[in-house]
Amino acid sequence: MSTLPVAASTASTLMPVLILAFIVVAFGIVIVVGTSLLGPKLDRKSQSAKAKMMPYECGIPGVETKDSKISIKFYLTAILFILFDIEIIFMYPWAVKYLDSIKEGTGGFMLAAMGVFVILFVVGLIWEVKSKALDWN
Amino acid sequence: MGKDVFEITVNILKMFVIFLMMVQAVPILVWLERRGSAFIQNRLGPNRVGPLGLLQLLADAVKFLFKESFIPQKSVAPLYYFAPIMAIIPGTLAFNSLPLSVPINIEPFEMFGQMWGPYTFGFQGYDLGIGIVFILGISSLGVYSLLMAGWGSSNKYSLMGAVRASAQAISYELALSLALVGIIMVYGTFSFREIVDMQTGPLTFMAFGKEHVVSWLPNWGIFFQPLGALIFFSATFAEANRLPFDLPEAEGELVAGFHTEYAGFNLLLFFIGEYGHMMVASALLATFYFGGYGLPGITPADVQAMWASNVASANVASILTAVTFHLVLLAKIAVFLWIFIQVRWTLPRFRYDQLMSLGWKTMLPWALANACFTAFWMWLGHRA
Repeated sequence: MSTLPVAASTASTLMPVLILAFIVVAFGIVIVVGTSLLGPKLDRKSQSAKAKMMPYECGIPGVETKDSKISIKFYLTAILFILFDIEIIFMYPWAVKYLDSIKEGTGGFMLAAMGVFVILFVVGLIWEVKSKALDWN
Repeated sequence: MGKDVFEITVNILKMFVIFLMMVQAVPILVWLERRGSAFIQNRLGPNRVGPLGLLQLLADAVKFLFKESFIPQKSVAPLYYFAPIMAIIPGTLAFNSLPLSVPINIEPFEMFGQMWGPYTFGFQGYDLGIGIVFILGISSLGVYSLLMAGWGSSNKYSLMGAVRASAQAISYELALSLALVGIIMVYGTFSFREIVDMQTGPLTFMAFGKEHVVSWLPNWGIFFQPLGALIFFSATFAEANRLPFDLPEAEGELVAGFHTEYAGFNLLLFFIGEYGHMMVASALLATFYFGGYGLPGITPADVQAMWASNVASANVASILTAVTFHLVLLAKIAVFLWIFIQVRWTLPRFRYDQLMSLGWKTMLPWALANACFTAFWMWLGHRA
């Protein structure tokens, strides 16, 4: 139980994942190609095809271009996500060894070490809320 | 020579069967969703095709295959076509790494003039030691499918829906992965099989250096991590873009979100992805917090002995034991899937700013508090 799962990263253990990914992609390609072969074909020259090919819009002709503009908030959210996700991932190796180190008697040290990290995490979160980076109105 | 081939063939076949099982579950789930919503809203729902309307989705699937397939004018074809394929990858890869039942033991047997075995086949696609990290990584790939669909369709509704969906998915992923820190601390492992094994027997916990046993309760994770379970379950709703968090598909504003421009079987592939995500979430919830495939008070050895006294072959008894525990897990998954459906047809939808502030300002701090409290309580519990 106390061994760290190092061997899991070897190629032989990850091989089934790749095989399955291949199977799933093949299944998806067969479906997507199959539907485009089986279904009726669109006559691209007809008048109705022109309307059908337009981007969906309710009642009026669509006007948008390919590079529609998106609120900067989403970009900010993605950046903050990367920061916090990395911080959370740092807790994982600590969490998996915590039970063992408690039994070995070094739990107090582990707790204090993670305490410092969590304080930094909380300060970051508070600063983020204070800076209104998370307000959406 | 030849022995490895048998084992490899069975393992590949196993992954394929689990994948097909997941794909097969989707029509049943859609039927359950439609009949369930009808039941909740005092309607009948689809009841014409086949007994209880069960063949409705089969008919729909055939119809979907023969739909006209076209690509909108300005769309980016590679992204547009690859997005639905990408949608089914995360759920399938994640579901295959979960232990679905006890392993099957095959005794040595003689065939084609040579001895084979003994074999032990785990009831799962592949057993990775780092199961939890693998699942978190793989399920994050779902965001790529959303963004590819939104960008590839070149429609502002699709793009907005995709950006909203990915923003909410990544926001709730923080709370989700932080809620799992607690369960990793309690069990001290990343392996699903070890987590399930540790949840057998009566409830045993440490408090102030003494071990306490509550004999009438099972040793399930929910008793150690009730808040973690709640946060985990709520976050999976947002991850799967289900109501009350289905802002990407808000009909009044965004038509159908990222899959506005999709039709036919390509659309169905997105649904397979979404329902696959729900199944993985339910299976994870069962594995982490509700004992996985285990039954309270009954060990696999008991079931094995029960089957062995009824059938002659030890191999058949082993297979029947595995099937029994697999049905137990399926029953648990079915309960959580029904909660998914019940919630969808009961709760109203959030507003987008409420959604984001719930994820960042409520669930993330509570998940952090849960992790800190667990760490402190465990340290206290082992001190005399």
